[in-house]
Formats: sequence, C-alpha cells, structure tokens
Amino acid sequence: MARVFIPFALRKMTGGATDVQIAGATLREVIDNLEEMFPGIKERLVQDDRIKVGMEAVVGEQPTREGLRAKVAEDAEVHFIPHIAGG
Amino acid sequence: MVATQEYKVIGTRPIRHDGLDKVTGRAIYGADVKLPDMLYGFVLRSPHAHARIRSIDTSAAEAMPGVVAVMTANDMPEAADELVDLGEGAINFSHASDHIMAMSKAKFKGHPVAAVAATSTNVAREAVAAIKVDWEVLKSAVTVDEALAPDAPVILDGWVGDDLGEKSTKPNVGSHFRHEFGDIEKGFADSTTIIEHRYDLAMVHQGYIEPHNGTAIWDQEDRVRLWTSTQGAFTVRTQLAGILQLDESRIKVTPTEIGGGFGGKIPIYVEPLAAILSKKSGGKPVRILMDRPEVFEATGPTPGGWVSVRLGVKDRKIIAGDADIRFDAGGFPGSPVGAAAMCVFSCYDIENTRIDGWDIIVNKPKTAAYRAPGSTHVAYAIECIIDEICEELDLDPIQFRLDNASKEGTRRGDGPIFPRIGNIETLEAARDSAHWNAPLDKNPGNGNVRGRGIANGYWFNVGLKSSVNLSVNTDGTVMLIEGSTDIGGTRASIAMQAAEVLGIRAEDIIPTVVDTDSVGYTDVTGGSRTTYATGFAAYKAAQNLIDELTARAATIWDIPEDEVVFEDGKFSSKSDPELSMTFKEIAGKLNETGGPVSSTGAVDLENAGGGFAVHICDLEIDPETGKTDVIRYTAVQDVGKAIHPSYVEGQMQGGAVQGIGWALNEEYFMSDDGQMVNSSYLDYRMPTSLDLPEIETVIVEVPNPIHPFGVRGVGEPPIVPPVAAIANAINDALGIRLREAPMNPGRILEALKEKNG
Repeated sequence: MARVFIPFALRKMTGGATDVQIAGATLREVIDNLEEMFPGIKERLVQDDRIKVGMEAVVGEQPTREGLRAKVAEDAEVHFIPHIAGG
Repeated sequence: MVATQEYKVIGTRPIRHDGLDKVTGRAIYGADVKLPDMLYGFVLRSPHAHARIRSIDTSAAEAMPGVVAVMTANDMPEAADELVDLGEGAINFSHASDHIMAMSKAKFKGHPVAAVAATSTNVAREAVAAIKVDWEVLKSAVTVDEALAPDAPVILDGWVGDDLGEKSTKPNVGSHFRHEFGDIEKGFADSTTIIEHRYDLAMVHQGYIEPHNGTAIWDQEDRVRLWTSTQGAFTVRTQLAGILQLDESRIKVTPTEIGGGFGGKIPIYVEPLAAILSKKSGGKPVRILMDRPEVFEATGPTPGGWVSVRLGVKDRKIIAGDADIRFDAGGFPGSPVGAAAMCVFSCYDIENTRIDGWDIIVNKPKTAAYRAPGSTHVAYAIECIIDEICEELDLDPIQFRLDNASKEGTRRGDGPIFPRIGNIETLEAARDSAHWNAPLDKNPGNGNVRGRGIANGYWFNVGLKSSVNLSVNTDGTVMLIEGSTDIGGTRASIAMQAAEVLGIRAEDIIPTVVDTDSVGYTDVTGGSRTTYATGFAAYKAAQNLIDELTARAATIWDIPEDEVVFEDGKFSSKSDPELSMTFKEIAGKLNETGGPVSSTGAVDLENAGGGFAVHICDLEIDPETGKTDVIRYTAVQDVGKAIHPSYVEGQMQGGAVQGIGWALNEEYFMSDDGQMVNSSYLDYRMPTSLDLPEIETVIVEVPNPIHPFGVRGVGEPPIVPPVAAIANAINDALGIRLREAPMNPGRILEALKEKNG
C-alpha cells in the first residue's frame, strides 16, 4: 500500500494522522480510498477531475505529470505540495 | 563526481547562434517593433499606495487632438475569479485584471487606472495628465508586520485567506500554511545547542535592462496579434485569453528578443491594455513601452519580509529545525513563500522540522518570480545560523555542512524524498577549491579588514512542457524551431543537444524562436527548465529525425530498414560496407528520394532533483565608512552536465552578481506612505563590472539520471547563497552579525557602533 502524507491543513480531517497507508494502483484510486476513510478530503485535493490548481501531487520522488492517472507503486510515497514556480 | 561520458558537441563552446545580431544591434526587441499606423499608449497610474477611486473624468483627454482611444477598468472584460494553471505557477484572472487596471481602488503606487492611445507618446502623456481622478486616500500598510497589525487597513476587499485550513480572521493574510515532520518539540528538547534568529530582507527588483512592452492589434474579426518581450509566449497567450475573455486560438503572440527577465517577465502588464486600446482604435496597432519608474513601481519585484529560523544541534548533527517565513505579496496574494518553505531546509538532513509560511497582502507592487524565488531569503537565515553554530561549537563550516548534508533519500522539509542530487559533491568541490584553500590576509595594512564567508543554496529544476520541430535542408543543415525564449544562450544549448544526436556540428543547426502559431505548446523559460526540458524535446526530435532518415537510406539503397544503422554521424548498411552516407550526404539526396524530411519532439517532464550552489566570498571593509568591496568570489555548482560550459559559467556569474547587489546595496526604499523613493537606476544601485572582481566558477557534474545527457537546471541556484555568504564574510571581518539586508555602509557602521559602544 502507498504511504500517503496528509498536508498539515487537512490533518484535522484525519484525526491528526500525518500519514496513512492506502491501497490503490493509480492516484485516482488512492484518493478515492482516502475519501472513503476520511469523507470530505477529496474535494480539498481534487477539482474538475484533476489535482487542484496551485497544488502538485508527488508520487514517488517527483511531482507527477500524469495527474490522477499516475501509477502508484506498492510502496510509493504520495505527497500533496504547493505548486513550484521559478524565475 | 564528474560526468565521464564522451561527447563530440556537448561540452564544447561554439559561438552562440544569435551572437552577431545581439552585438551588432540587429536583434529585434520590443521597442523596435514598428507597424503601419501605429499608435502610442501611455498609462495613468495611482500616485497613492492605497486609495479608493471615487470617479474618473477622461473627457478632457478624449477631446485632445491626436488622442484616438482612452480606457479605464470599465473597458476590461469581466474575468473569472478562479485559479488557473500557468504551467509554472497559477493565476487568478480576476485579480490579474484588477492588477492590470484598478477597478475600484489602487492597492499600490503605480497601479494603473486609465490608459490612452495617441499619435505620439508625447500626446499620450499629455492626455494622461489631463485625466482627473477623485481619490479617497486610505491608510496603507507596506510591511508584513504592518499588514498583520490589529489596526491594519483592509487592502483587498472581500478577500478571505486560508489559515492552516481555516478561514483567516486577518484581512491581509493571503495564506498561512505549515509543513511538519518528525517530533519538533522532542527534537529541540534533545538538542544541546539551539540558535534562533530573525532575518529581514527588503523588496528588490530583478533589474533587467529592457522595460516591459507590448504592441497589439485587435482586429475586426476579434483576433489579437501581440509582439512582446516575455519569458514565455504561450503563457502570455493563456493570460491574455483569460483577461480579454477570448479563446486562445484567436491570439497569436510573437516573442521579441528579451533584454533580461529573471522571472519578472512571466506576468503581463501593458499587453492587455495595448490590445484593448487597439480595439477601441478600430484595430490600429498600439504600442506601450514602460519607462524605468513604471518598471520599478508597477511590475513584479521579489518580496521583502522576514525569515525566523531556529536550529537544534546535538553531537554535531542538526536534529531540529523550525522556520517562520513571512513574505509581502504586494497588493494581491501570491508571493513565492511556498517555494521558500520547500527550500529552507533542503541543504540539510534534519529529522524533525516545522515550517510556517505566510503570504501577506501589502500596499506594494504585486510580487513576481525572481531567480530561485524565495530561496535567497531563507538561505540568508539558515546559512547564517549554520555559520553561527560552527562559530559557537568551533566546527569547520564545510565539514559541518557535509556532516549534515542532504543526499539521495533525504526527506525535504515539505515532505518528498530527494532523488539523486549533488549536494555533497558540490560541498566537496568547494572544500577542495583554490579559493577556499588560499590564505586570506585579514589585516591588509591599509586600515581595512577582510573576511571570508561561505554559504550553500538549493533550487529546483522543473520539467514541464516543451516542443521542438526539426527539418533537414539539402545542404546538410537543420532548422530547429522552438518556443523557448532565449535569455541565457539556450538557442545554443538546445541546438547542441540535437547536433550531438545527429552527429553534425552545432553550427549546422539553425535555431529560431517562433510565435505561438508556429510550434507546439512550450512552457516559460523559467524554473531552470529550458536546457533540460526543451533540450530533451530537441533530443527526441533528433531521434525521430534519425528514424526518418534511416528509412530514407533504406529506400535509397533498396534494402530493409532494419539493415541500416546510424553511428558516428553516418548511415551504413550492416551487411554491405560499401553502403555508407554521412548526414550531409543523405541530406543532399532528399529531393530525388521522396522529398523533405522533418520531425517533432514534445515532452512533459517531471522535475529533476534540483541543483546546489556553494559560494565563497572574500571581502574588504573600511571600518571608517562601512564601504564593502568584494575582492574574491567563487561560485561552485552542480549543473548535472554542462552542455555549453561558457553559458553555464555565465549563469553562475550572473546569479552571483545579482545576489551580491541584493546583499550590499539594493532595496525598495519606501516612504511611510508607501512611495518608492528610489525608482531609477541612479538611486537603485546595482553592481556593475567596475564594482566586482571576476567571479570564479567551479562546475560540478553529477548527472541528472532522467535526462539523456544528465542536464540539471543552472540559472537559479547561483542567486541563492550570495546574501548569506556576504553576511558570513562580514562577520568574519568585523565580528558583527548583520540580520537585515541590504548590508549597506550605514548598517555596518551602526552595528560597529553598537559593538564598540
């Protein structure tokens, strides 16, 4: 199962848990399963069938470019971080 | 670690393809664009930092001879109040529209309130002066502390920011977020040494030479053509479409040459105004060219603010880190505090961390990206505290950094794990450098004192989308069509990657940066991505071209395709040694064998691991005047693989120089009522070549494993360490810790006075 890290602002929804083990072969499945465990959390992460604008999903080591279709390895870490903007 | 792969083109130093045009003045910049019947635009800007617009009377301006069109916010289409992805960053079109032309109140001095198109710039200026605005001047807040005070004015009406997942009760909080990993309280409880300080920085500007400009035609078929100086023509198209409420397909953006950007030429300012004035003029072209005060007061500098860092150490290991980062965003939310929070602990492997980021709305220009946005700020704080720890515990500053360095597998302060990175190799190269091992005479005998400082810094290397087209000429040269603005020699670095694949000279690739109708989508030249991502697209296009030419060779020789191999720049038959053609030879046969051959390459890349830069600074200070001279400076950086070493060195030197100016001189000097009082290059002092020694460079090459040639981003890391390196050198020279930048003569004298009583 993937290790999903919960953004600090959403930890109230997870009872303070910083990370949880979630099943799912894709990022979409992982988030759907996260929603089952913590109702309401999906709408804080997803909008219009994509990761919310201003946020990036890290699957493994780097922000994925495949959105919700991204494959999630069995032991992968998943993070939701602010979008990086450089100069 | 040094890359060992042998290349024929990569790593050489050919003359840049656009060099002659640039040095002879033939290159076409935005101010050079001249079209038939062109009108000249000028913008009326708020003289107040914070003021409500009671009314605007444009009648006198409209009546002036030579005035063709006048516009206010009433002419701006209603834009959506939602966040939209820009590839690099995001934009709220409603805020952007209000920023480009104030709707109901000015939120910073220089905020546009009206614009005029006329037959000459002088007439446009006179007409702007004739516009009457009835202002209700409001109390302003120009620092993060003022904007968070209980009696702070409400700057952005109706805004409610997010505060750790809840609605903020403070009106000027753009957002407040936190990253927390490990057990921060236990980390500090277990620490034997704890140091905490706050570091303040002033707002500074990127300082590009060329002002913003835009020339637009909005024709009778509702098609907009725009010529502008930008870091990303496609990003301009997206912004323009959202603000003008047009489909992207109705907008064509032609990027002119760019006279510097450094992040500041990603947002748009005058471009929509030129387009709307063109529409109101019946489709005549309208050009708006900012002057220098407009650039300072009304474009996007990097934020001021403060960074407070607390580090806990036990047994020479940093075991706890706590950071509070507060940036002034300007009149609308959106400072680079998110990136700053990701960078603050990135050079170190710290088990227990907490990072708070605050984006604060103030009555100053809306901030924009500036080369590694936010990372210089946080490096100033943490790298000075690292230096202080070394001083207190009598530790070698490089060895302590090595003992605590982040590496592959280290968890960044915002959570993700680092892939292969070159932090340790960069520190080792600094430790082994000629500069670090050279003695420094701290008392040269002229009454001055000298000191040496060192600092580390990190910045990302984003990937994103790029497209490249290649086509073969019958003389054996190749046209390379790309959408990446060339700011620092990327025509060359992208062409060289294609040349390496094709087995031809870099000079035989002819690169051209084209408009948005003429190449596939390409994200901005920013985020240290262009040589990495557009270079990768060129690599893919070149591979596809080889496939096409392999098929053509098979046709010419009448053998199966899988009988043809391409090696060392030659196509040959696996079985018949007589059948062999160079790239140039097969190019010469295209017309008799099926016609033109072309290819495309497009990518949407993940980020690479990012880059680390370690800088060493020697400086000499006159204790009588506080004047500081940098006398030796070395920039060490992991670049993955230097495609064109001269342009890599140029980036390292340029970033260092900008950081030195930030450290010693530059600041938006604001009056109490929010007026920038130094909005010219006479008063906003940036270093020139006369002020500085040659910046020495040490290139470290730890290949990026997800790029075919190992490229990492180069452009941004070198601006991260200079402010901290200079602060540490000042402490080494004088024994004073300056915790506010710029560290100008006045601040040095004040600190010396306090130290000496």
